[in-house]
Amino acid sequence: MSEYILEMNQISKEFTGVKALRNVNFKVEKGEIHCLIGENGAGKSTLMKVLSGVYPYGTYEGDIVFEGNIQKFNKITDSVKTGIAIIYQELALFPDLSVYENIFAGNEVKRGGVIDWNQTVVQAKEMLKKVNLDVNPEMLVKDLGVGKRQLIEIAKALSKDVKLLILDEPTAALNEDDSENLLKLLAELKKQGITCIMISHKLKEVISIADKATILRDGETICTLEGNRGEIKENIIIKNMVGREIDDIYPKRENKTIGGKILELHNWSAYDPQLSRNVVKDVSLHVNQGEIVGISGLMGSGRTELALSIFGNAKGYKLQGDLVWDGKSIVFKHPSEAIEAGIAYVTEDRKGDGLFLGQDIKNNISAANLKSISQNGVINQNEEIKIADGYKNSLSVKAPSLEQIVGNLSGGNQQKVSLGKWLFVGPKLLILDEPTRGIDVGAKFEIYTVMNKLISEGMSIIMISSELGEVLGMSDRIYVMAQGEIKGELSADEATQENIMQLATQ
Amino acid sequence: MNTLKEAKTLIQENIRDYGMYIALFVIILTFTFMTDGLFMSSRNISNLIDSAGYIAVLAVAMTLVIVIRHIDLSVGYAAGFMGAIAAILMTQAGMPVYITIPVILILGIVIGLFSGFLVASIGIPAFVATLAAMLIFRGALLQVTEKTGTIIIQNDTFNAIGNGYIPSLLQFNGLHLLTLLVGLVGIGFYIYIEISNRRNKMKYQFDVVSTSIFVLKLVFISAIIAYITWILAGYNGFSWTIIIMLLVVVIYHFISTKTVLGRHIYAVGSNPEAAHLTGINVKKITYIVFGSMGMMSALSGILFTARLQSATTTAGTLFELDAIAAAYVGGVSAAGGVGKVTGAVIGAIVMASLTNGMNLLGVGISYQYMIRGGVLALAVIFDVLTRMKR
Repeated sequence: MSEYILEMNQISKEFTGVKALRNVNFKVEKGEIHCLIGENGAGKSTLMKVLSGVYPYGTYEGDIVFEGNIQKFNKITDSVKTGIAIIYQELALFPDLSVYENIFAGNEVKRGGVIDWNQTVVQAKEMLKKVNLDVNPEMLVKDLGVGKRQLIEIAKALSKDVKLLILDEPTAALNEDDSENLLKLLAELKKQGITCIMISHKLKEVISIADKATILRDGETICTLEGNRGEIKENIIIKNMVGREIDDIYPKRENKTIGGKILELHNWSAYDPQLSRNVVKDVSLHVNQGEIVGISGLMGSGRTELALSIFGNAKGYKLQGDLVWDGKSIVFKHPSEAIEAGIAYVTEDRKGDGLFLGQDIKNNISAANLKSISQNGVINQNEEIKIADGYKNSLSVKAPSLEQIVGNLSGGNQQKVSLGKWLFVGPKLLILDEPTRGIDVGAKFEIYTVMNKLISEGMSIIMISSELGEVLGMSDRIYVMAQGEIKGELSADEATQENIMQLATQ
Repeated sequence: MNTLKEAKTLIQENIRDYGMYIALFVIILTFTFMTDGLFMSSRNISNLIDSAGYIAVLAVAMTLVIVIRHIDLSVGYAAGFMGAIAAILMTQAGMPVYITIPVILILGIVIGLFSGFLVASIGIPAFVATLAAMLIFRGALLQVTEKTGTIIIQNDTFNAIGNGYIPSLLQFNGLHLLTLLVGLVGIGFYIYIEISNRRNKMKYQFDVVSTSIFVLKLVFISAIIAYITWILAGYNGFSWTIIIMLLVVVIYHFISTKTVLGRHIYAVGSNPEAAHLTGINVKKITYIVFGSMGMMSALSGILFTARLQSATTTAGTLFELDAIAAAYVGGVSAAGGVGKVTGAVIGAIVMASLTNGMNLLGVGISYQYMIRGGVLALAVIFDVLTRMKR
């Protein structure tokens, strides 16, 4: 019997009424590579935040036992001291500092309170050797690729005598070669006795490297699969990931009439100069008039980037390929041009880039189409109130008045305001990005009903969602994305949770 | 009894807006008491408002700059520089005043647009871009006044902008008749706007205050306008500076609350990413706001130069900081998207009252700076605290 280095027993965590984790048990043996798998929102990240002390002791229920002792972490530095290091997807490096400064940031090599830079460089070289990275430690981190940065993060963790290394989707942003390198390194570290927890969506990697895999779903532990019992197989993992019951909460749609193609993309690619890589790769798809096209995929699969590239290239990507709108090849240079043409985009992050939180419902609803209710630039405020009131009622936004500040509304009502703002534009194509994230079941149903009504009026909808039930319940056709590419197209009849997940985890 | 309760909750809910008026009221009362009424004398009030004018027009435009999360440090010396150019055009080039003023205003817009270009298109932080512009204008002001030193302006029409008063038509018991008429029209206009707004709100079943509170408010504000008019009518009446200042405020208030442009400015300030995704041209808005700032710098320069009847080598010194202070006292928020242009004017008057009152009391200049600094800090602390409560 090998011993457990980590036991998380009966962990529960609640966020103002929402149970994110329910009695989760998670045990990791010393020296193994243990993968943590689950859909978006299954609770993986929350569990790791509990473990690393982001959520301090006392804000969750249950015990963390590390090397036989119950741990009470109050902050991240507590968990780092005991030998737990977590490396997030968004790397926490200082781009304008050198490699050696980064490796020892927060853990400086000091003599009498003064940093010994020579010793720092010597030790940094050692750490770089350990992660098989051959770079000059004087180089600035911003001049290195993502793959190398990842290795520097690991070197940084090693410099702190890490016993348990946690990697959150380490290969999500890496290309094939870099991914392979990283996996090799993990196997090597394992030989040196370092235990590793890896969160990953790429099942091939999981299968190739994991000794064990624990699957979470809806904040609960579903099972732990063991490699030496031959359980880590794609079909077994997928079956357990998606076993979620689909409640019959999707309103039925009456008489669909699907028309001609309204939007087509041919070999569409988007290059993000800030990340210096293609976020959308060679996508070809089409949307017909009067249909709901679901775009499924896990977080980071390029869905939002695809939407932004269509919606007037809002993030300034370098685009390639052809966009055909209503039969005409066209280039939108600004969101205003896309809006003018009849495209509306309800963002994923309604608080971050969707709504004007400090302003009232009325101003938010009218914001995208003030032109239609103004003369010579002067707003007809009576008309504005009438229209805003109309959307407030038809979408049943629950608020005492139109003067209510949007920041004070609940998530569901905010989403309805967002929807109202874009319906007022009168679009032909509505792109909904995660339309029901973080809102309650009742409001979800209302939004689905509105979607069906819009479709019956001849609008087209692209619905981006990582909730499989919603994609299956609402879409006429489904595209599945991963790593910026379309991995497959499924009709409503042939799509199942399993085959979507299979495509999404490629 | 109910009316009292309603008034209380109304003040609690809008404490940030009312706080400023209360502060102004307290300041006025204190100074009036301490100077045995000298502070509220016709002559002094007229003087006070005139001395607030060239800062108030800056503060109004500065409010919009701060609303879109930027700053403009160049406005002071830009005003001084353009004042000097105006003086040179009139005295040395012999340009008539009716051409000089539009030329200077257009020059102001061009200067503002250049700051807008640096900020919006090149992407330099506004603080740095306008700091550079500030140094450049300071140098430019010295350059153009180097040979002559102070440039005296003999043109009466131009000087009237800073010193003159609207014609009186008739004297009426020693009171200025046209001023009384203008005040009366102002009150009528104010009451008409308030009533029609209230009607509209009631039509759409918006929450409105009770009739008694509404009438109370109308009477109160009208009384204040009437009182100020009466005081001013007792001296020389409304000055041209006051008229210009009022016009600027009314136009900016209208643009910021009633037009698409105004809504877009506040949208950009409230959430630039969302504004971009709403189809608003954030760059264009930035250009317009800086352009307006430039134009108001030009106007400020004209007002100040006319007031001194000359262009001096140090004109415009620290105007930018007074304008920023007035905007913050007036309730603008550095977080963006919040702030009224009417607040900025009140802020400018609060700061001018402090200076004026302390001068009357003979408070030393060293203490004056400290007290004004303290008031600015208090205003912002008050702002932050009242915002946190919500």
